[in-house]
Amino acid sequence: MDNITIIAAASIISAGITIGLGVIGPGIGQGRAVASALTALAQQPDATSTITRTLFVGLAMIESLAIYCFVVSMILLFANPFWNHAIAQAAVK
Amino acid sequence: MHLSSDDLIFWQHGWFKLNETIVTTWALILLMVVGARLITRRLTTRIKISRWQAALEIIVAGIKTQIEEVSLAQPEKYIGFIGTLFLFIAVANLFTIFPVYEPPTGSLSTTTALALSVFVAVPYCGIRERGLTAYLKSFAEPTFIMLPFNIISELTHTLALAMRLFGNMMSGTMILGILLIITPLIFPMIMSALGLLIGMVQAYIFGVLATVYIAAAIGTHSPTKQQSTT
Repeated sequence: MDNITIIAAASIISAGITIGLGVIGPGIGQGRAVASALTALAQQPDATSTITRTLFVGLAMIESLAIYCFVVSMILLFANPFWNHAIAQAAVK
Repeated sequence: MHLSSDDLIFWQHGWFKLNETIVTTWALILLMVVGARLITRRLTTRIKISRWQAALEIIVAGIKTQIEEVSLAQPEKYIGFIGTLFLFIAVANLFTIFPVYEPPTGSLSTTTALALSVFVAVPYCGIRERGLTAYLKSFAEPTFIMLPFNIISELTHTLALAMRLFGNMMSGTMILGILLIITPLIFPMIMSALGLLIGMVQAYIFGVLATVYIAAAIGTHSPTKQQSTT
């Protein structure tokens, strides 16, 4: 395998691993957050607006971790700096 | 497949590139400013008000109560900044129902600009409310050891704000593009409906987080009111 093939294979595989492993933690976290919020809602229906707002903000915080993984894998797939460098090197030769 | 609307360049002169993001952003700004100007030209306090005035009053009053509930005591001082952020992101995301429109919030440059304005507004409000020394002292709040961590958290707040909005909006566009290739019949419609919901939630979250950061900077603890709404 030459360098370009290795870079392409490594980028694709690590993009898949990034998104696959990276969403496990946020998934568990969001599940626990929603479960706790439902428990709190069942116990105190009066505080619905406060709980819902805090839940949304918390979910956005947790979700941003998964979004980071998504952005990294998208960069690896569509805007890969190493791939562009290798292509530029190959064009020079 | 392209990542953002920055890649489509209409006009170029030297280092200046007029890309789709800039054009869409200015079109949205013009639309919102002219629309708001037209509606607020004839404001009345009579019993019978126009439908547009009622709609604007609902929006402004809703934003005001939301800011008030996120522990900012005087929402009138901050509604200009936070309301502008929320309304711009909400309109930019809602316009995705039009076919060839690409949201400017799906480009990292727009979201970075919005996050940087929050990054500047937080110390500005903090210094204006508490004075320079008191604001700087709040960085070394529990102990002096926490100083670098507080500064880092200030920076990562900005980074997270920009990346969250960009990632959510870009993923919406990307998923739609992929679904159009795989199942072009029904599913893209459902996903674009979900995209509208995500856009509104992200606009709300951007506004709430900006409010929370400003409230943390000015450091007021308003008395927690007992919520009576169900």
